[in-house]
Amino acid sequence: MVTLEYVSRLQVVSGKGGTGKTTVAAALALALADEGKRTLLVEVEGRQGIAQLFETEALPYEERKIAVAPGGGEVYALAIDPELALLDYLQMFYKLGGAGRALKKLGAIDFATTIAPGLRDVLLTGKACEAVRRKEKSGRFAYDYVVMDAPPTGRITRFLNVNDEVAGLAKIGPIHNQAQAVMRVLKSPETAVHLVTLLEEMPVQETADGIAELRAAKLPVGQVIVNMVRPEVLDAAELELVRGTARSSFAQSLSAAGLGGARRGGHAERLVDPLLAQAEEYAERYALEHEQRAVLGELGLPLHELPLLAEGMDLAGLYELATELRKQGMS
Amino acid sequence: MSPDAERQHRLSPARVLDLDPLLDDPGTRIVVCCGSGGVGKTTTAAALGLRAAERGRKVVVLTIDPARRLAQSMGIDSLDNTPRRVKGVEGAGELHAMMLDMKRTFDEIVEAHADPERASAILGNPFYQSLSAGFAGTQEYMAMEKLGQLRARDEWDLIVVDTPPSRSALDFLDAPKRLGSFLDGRLIRLLTAPAKLGGRAGMKFLNVGMSMMTGTLGKLLGGQLLKDVQTFVSAMDTTFGGFRTRADATYKLLQAPGTAFLVVAAPERDALREAAYFVERLAAEDMPLAGLVLNRVHGSGAARLSAERALAAAEDLDLVGDRAAENLEESRIVDQEDGKAGVRNSPDTDGSSGSPTSNRTVPQLTAGLLRLHAERMQLLSREQRTRDRFTALHPEVAVAEVAALPGDVHDLAGLRDIGARLAAGRPELPETAEE
Repeated sequence: MVTLEYVSRLQVVSGKGGTGKTTVAAALALALADEGKRTLLVEVEGRQGIAQLFETEALPYEERKIAVAPGGGEVYALAIDPELALLDYLQMFYKLGGAGRALKKLGAIDFATTIAPGLRDVLLTGKACEAVRRKEKSGRFAYDYVVMDAPPTGRITRFLNVNDEVAGLAKIGPIHNQAQAVMRVLKSPETAVHLVTLLEEMPVQETADGIAELRAAKLPVGQVIVNMVRPEVLDAAELELVRGTARSSFAQSLSAAGLGGARRGGHAERLVDPLLAQAEEYAERYALEHEQRAVLGELGLPLHELPLLAEGMDLAGLYELATELRKQGMS
Repeated sequence: MSPDAERQHRLSPARVLDLDPLLDDPGTRIVVCCGSGGVGKTTTAAALGLRAAERGRKVVVLTIDPARRLAQSMGIDSLDNTPRRVKGVEGAGELHAMMLDMKRTFDEIVEAHADPERASAILGNPFYQSLSAGFAGTQEYMAMEKLGQLRARDEWDLIVVDTPPSRSALDFLDAPKRLGSFLDGRLIRLLTAPAKLGGRAGMKFLNVGMSMMTGTLGKLLGGQLLKDVQTFVSAMDTTFGGFRTRADATYKLLQAPGTAFLVVAAPERDALREAAYFVERLAAEDMPLAGLVLNRVHGSGAARLSAERALAAAEDLDLVGDRAAENLEESRIVDQEDGKAGVRNSPDTDGSSGSPTSNRTVPQLTAGLLRLHAERMQLLSREQRTRDRFTALHPEVAVAEVAALPGDVHDLAGLRDIGARLAAGRPELPETAEE
């Protein structure tokens, strides 16, 4: 937390499927909600993952408070529904409430939000940027930070860049202007795109590819968050020692700890093989994890690590991860 | 209830999914692997394809977005949208593999169904170019289209399909319907109206509506984009009439007896929640579900030793180890009753990591092994809880479990190994120790 670095107001969290990006996004929203601060956690893929994490009922298309953070700040959440967002948009920016209803009757809204999925991405990014820029009457920002649980790494660059494409398609008119305004926010230091990964080959590879794509598109890459890091129970030197130790010595130790007889066929003795097999699996994973950490180190980005929660993910665990992110200076 | 007794009372899946008969049955023509991202769906599809081929079938695997190494392991690192024969397959069958290229597939449809002049107009349309290059959703349509094409070619007797890593699960099932409702919709008629109606008197009312609409859309989109969209939509209307018919046919094909859906998941809460959703959704669509493939399942050869007991024993040994380190000559003296009484260390904050290790004693190393075991048992019980939840909701679903591997698959041998594990249906474990 002792950091003077500028923290971007729009924090986009992406990552390969299965890496826990929704969890990290939620923990980050909690971490950023310091005393007196207000964050908005935005879900764009309609899976109600946020509601499940915070153990609340399904979120409507409406910003509502879902948590009070450890420092006393507040976390609001919003699950964006593309169809409602479009109607919202037409009204807000183009004063076209009536036309919106007409479009809906004609199936145009359906067209925009399902058949032409690019427009769906326009709405999702547009809505998030609107929340970032929104101000209260007092002049202060409605939300200090907006955290987006974004589409996965493979799709994130295209998702964020969709407005560039739109601005290219609609060369004049309000859509063009709106698209450009959104891109200005997304390409500025006001935005940071974080990638969540695991210490496994495929997610790390995808993270490296994703960063290259983001950079090529001139989108601001934030930090890499390694999720579900397992504790180091034995280090490399200890694993070496394990390999060099006689089975009978382990059997004696196990027996001494009250786990049965050490003689051949005794309970303790029969535990040795499976325990050593598990140690071998651990050693193999340990070596792979070291390789992957080295690959991540070469990306030249700040790395954060979040522990695997032994008891599984629940609300208490979420707060634990938020505290961890604060400790590591991510907020 | 003691932890041991609890374990014995757990639910276990009612049925084990037996995959070999499914792969061997000549009546099985399509296997669709679906599931959320990051659960090993593509690897499962590739492993099943290889296994079926090595059991004598002529197989094509359609992958959507394979990890580079996996694609290379099958020799399909060139993204050219055409099935390529995989080398190194043993046995009488054949394995072909391809990666879906959305844009190419879309372009091919246009080229196949429009005269050259119209085709080049569509291909050059900026709106088309954006749409076809791969926004979310396009992948689903094109995967369906490609599946239909492969089936129509009838060169393979089994098609294994990997589905897009779509979060809005089963979007690919909706694709034909959505496209259908769009093509039948009033919007497309309005957008294409100028070309078709040509100001016929009887259509006056529609024309009024039309000009109001174009006015609104023009204001919204800008005149030039509206023109692009109109051109695109009208070309699509005349060109893609057959698309809907084909998409409907593919949808029916998926419901047909020759198709088997496999839901792929990992024993994690989110993945299994998605899996349950897939199972329900497939049932609602009358799609034939063969079962659930549960990847990355952990086991232990010492499952009778609970995490709690392993941790307690590790604490005993730490104390013994500390004393032994202080007094190396006495390292064999052990008094377990003393050990149990005095330990207050928590397992996570003890000195077993970070400190110099060259003089680690056997008791300390043994304590490490026990802690690894405790971690494994906690993982097992977490996995078991999530699986029990799924089984309770869907006891009718047959399950094939695949043991977790420490690393990723890089070659055919790795895929073959996974195929064997899939067919076994249950992870092979060493005999359980103790008792």
